[in-house]
Amino acid sequence: MKNRANKLIISTFVVLGASISNATELSILVDNSPDTVALTQALTSAYSKLNPDITFEIELRPGGGEGDNIVKTRLATGEMADVFLYNSGSLLQALRPSRTLEPINDLANFSNILSSFTSTVSDDKGNVYAVPIQTAMGGGIFYNKRVYEELGLKVPKTWQEFMENCAIIAEKSKSAPIAQTYRDTWTSQLLVLSDFFNVQAEKPNFATDYTNNKANFATTPAALRGFEKLQQVSEAGYFNDYYGAATYNDGLNMVATGKAAHYPMLTFAIPSIKLNTPDYIEDVGFFAQPGDDADKNGLTVWMPAGYYIPKESDQKEEAKAFLNYIATVDACDAITKAIGANGPYLIKGCTLPDNVYPAVKDMLPYFQEEGRTAPALEFLSPIKGPMLEQLTVEVGSGIRNAQSAAELYDQDVAKQARQLNLPNW
Amino acid sequence: MKRQQIINGVIALVIGVLIFVTPFIFIGLTAVKSAAEASQLGLSWPSEWLFWDNLVAVIQARNYMLLLAYFNSTVITVGAISLLVISAAMIGYVIQRRPSKWNGFIYALILAGLMIPPAVVPTIWLLKELHLFKTLHGMILIQVAYGLSFSVLLFRSFIASIPRDLDEAAIIDGAKPWQVFFKVILPLLKPVTVTVILVQSVTIFNDFTNPLYYLPGKDNVTVQLTLYNFQSQFSSQMNLLFMNILLVTIPPLIMFIFFNKQIVKGMTAGAVKG
Amino acid sequence: MKSSRSYPYWFILPGGLVYLVLFLVPTVAAFWFSLTHWDLFETRFIGLENYYQFLREPFLITGVVNTVIFGVLTSIAKSVLGLLLAVLLTSGLLGQSFLRTLIFFPVLVSTIGVGIAFAEIMHPARGMLNIGLSYFGIQGPAWLIDPNLALFSVALVDIWKGVGLATLIYIAGLATISSDYYEAARIDGATKLQMFFRITVPLVRPATVTVVTLSLIGGLRSFDIIWAMTKGGPGFSSDVLASVIYKQYQAGFYGLSTAGNIILFALVAFIVIPLTYWFNRREVDL
Repeated sequence: MKNRANKLIISTFVVLGASISNATELSILVDNSPDTVALTQALTSAYSKLNPDITFEIELRPGGGEGDNIVKTRLATGEMADVFLYNSGSLLQALRPSRTLEPINDLANFSNILSSFTSTVSDDKGNVYAVPIQTAMGGGIFYNKRVYEELGLKVPKTWQEFMENCAIIAEKSKSAPIAQTYRDTWTSQLLVLSDFFNVQAEKPNFATDYTNNKANFATTPAALRGFEKLQQVSEAGYFNDYYGAATYNDGLNMVATGKAAHYPMLTFAIPSIKLNTPDYIEDVGFFAQPGDDADKNGLTVWMPAGYYIPKESDQKEEAKAFLNYIATVDACDAITKAIGANGPYLIKGCTLPDNVYPAVKDMLPYFQEEGRTAPALEFLSPIKGPMLEQLTVEVGSGIRNAQSAAELYDQDVAKQARQLNLPNW
Repeated sequence: MKRQQIINGVIALVIGVLIFVTPFIFIGLTAVKSAAEASQLGLSWPSEWLFWDNLVAVIQARNYMLLLAYFNSTVITVGAISLLVISAAMIGYVIQRRPSKWNGFIYALILAGLMIPPAVVPTIWLLKELHLFKTLHGMILIQVAYGLSFSVLLFRSFIASIPRDLDEAAIIDGAKPWQVFFKVILPLLKPVTVTVILVQSVTIFNDFTNPLYYLPGKDNVTVQLTLYNFQSQFSSQMNLLFMNILLVTIPPLIMFIFFNKQIVKGMTAGAVKG
Repeated sequence: MKSSRSYPYWFILPGGLVYLVLFLVPTVAAFWFSLTHWDLFETRFIGLENYYQFLREPFLITGVVNTVIFGVLTSIAKSVLGLLLAVLLTSGLLGQSFLRTLIFFPVLVSTIGVGIAFAEIMHPARGMLNIGLSYFGIQGPAWLIDPNLALFSVALVDIWKGVGLATLIYIAGLATISSDYYEAARIDGATKLQMFFRITVPLVRPATVTVVTLSLIGGLRSFDIIWAMTKGGPGFSSDVLASVIYKQYQAGFYGLSTAGNIILFALVAFIVIPLTYWFNRREVDL
């Protein structure tokens, strides 16, 4: 017994000695959602196992706009962590990446990262700034398979069919046809944002014209449709009771348990459904938000957040070595183990296990067929107006109509474009 | 005690408990529920009491972050309050007692401190230049700067009610200005000093935004930031969140119970003096 | 007597210096930024364009009206209720020290905690408040999600949270009133109501000035509690200037939000400075 204690003490000293001599501690700033924390812990501990001289200090920040602010403030004051998690797409441009971030094009595993991701985290000179964690996501509609089965409904291919399904659900079941959750305002935007595949199917140049101030929401009928769809389902009275006070978690619980038949949301919610209602995860299915033409049915896709390195870090080499590891199949497997596989990975060679949840299974075919996915607008254009979520709450609550909301949103977009110093605005 | 007073007291107690206590019962009940039950968020009785489990989970979260947070917040609060009380009382004393053409200007500057929201980014640049960024003493000075206006206003208005004869008598006796202040005036300020201590320490202890900006770093965590462990944009563990709210409310509560007696004492002292 | 010697200005120095360096200097710097196009990394001078843009914000009028309603309503309620409670709780009531603790309880909890808890308590269906009201046969309203009611619901919680502080300041103020006045009045046969209006109210004026000034400024600048409970919603219906400014800051419109801050400051000053001038003019030196 005493011997064992001695050994323990000696080994502790050895470990301490080693860590004093050449340990490097990398700080890493991530948002506080349980998924990102869990997978950051998984990735860092896997990396430390391979490289015992590297340790990590994980710092948490809030998500949403408040978190964006903290990232911007810390970058602007030169106080950023060695590695930080941030969105891809339009939000990234406000960080002035070419000025504040370290390009990662020279990573040994750089070619492992799929170009569908790198194109959303690069500047106009071709510098790429992030390695993706997590998988690509779809924005569409979760549905309750049990409710669909009981009523004999089929997954809708057009908005018309979707509305017919809702009418049947409203009439023949106790479920609310559509869950809306405006206590978490950001969730109100989904019906507008997920409609972008349909916008692009009809107006292939919309994203470019919109960025160049040649097209806007209020005067482009295809783009206005998203707002109109929201107004339509709101006026039809298809929402759950007290949707103004419901939360995102309420929405997930409702669609999982069948209290609501549909919940428009991003597929990154799948791990949360698993966490909140593990017994119901098999009942949750997913389909893309339908457009007006059954032949043009496809999914609006979001790119995941990634790890970035600030230009001012004094441990760039160590940080880059860590990011290099993230772009490997090993890292994907560590992620799958930590939070499950929730969609297609963006690293070459990464595969999904066979036993994925039904909602993931429903999403994969869109990615496997050519032309059935389109990136969300925020990955094609640097401009996203910050007021959208308040405006969609107003439309969904019947305070404002679709046309007026689209007009106000266009003003908001103009303001954002001027802030970004874009030409033509 | 008259009968009327007893009846009034009972009525007031019942109403007071109803209005001011039930919300806390709600918080307390949620804090001892299981995660699934807590997410229903009603005022129902918990089907199983997980007080201990939730308590341990909150304290152990993120490597005992809460304990470090208690320590940091206490250091900041105690440090800032000590500086704040002395410096604010001195300022309040001088500007109340010494009318001059500068008073309007000084008063405007004080009000500005209440009215203008702090400019975060320039402040960070400045703190970095002074090597105060990310330090506890830097945070203490920030809290002094932000709490000064409020405290000076309180002191000033109460110094107005202390008769000038008192300091004049001391001055005639040959006391130095600082002696007059520390030996004659400051002891008389006890009720308002307790008020300032109480209000400002609660504000500083419960401050969320300022440490978020001026005191980043895992080792610098303060109590309100620990709420983030259980609350995020995408999913929440309401039971642990409410347990955490309860736990971070305990230090201010202890302090209040302690100072509540002092307030009573200060009041009786005032009555005798008057 | 020379007041310069008895009340030296160096007393102001320790606090004043910290205030100057850490508050006033950054504030002046911020004024400069309000005249620029600023993305935290670069600035470009654009004159008054931010002010022009801010004053054209689509929901500015709602914001200004809400700010004034919220500030005036909460400060009046806090001072009136605070004074009444202070008188009640110094009258030798049964359990008054316990009640004093109770009323001060909400002050001790962080705004975030209060916001999170009350968003649940005011839930229209499962919230404690409406369940409680239903026992009396009252159908409670949709507190936070009714666009016409949301601001007032938040104000109610703000009063609940803040009245303890007002009461405390009044209690400290009442303590300075000599009991001789009441003795004399009682001998003259004055009623309780007369004593309250003729003695208490005038003599507790310094406390009233403090409570009104502090809670009015606090109310006009109120942000935390609104943000924690409604985020200015539903839609824009409970937006106040401070939340409009915060949303702009969040969106990265730094120059614009700094200009907004200065406009908010102007609004607060426009209301508060005449008021304090009026208060101070009537101040009598004892």
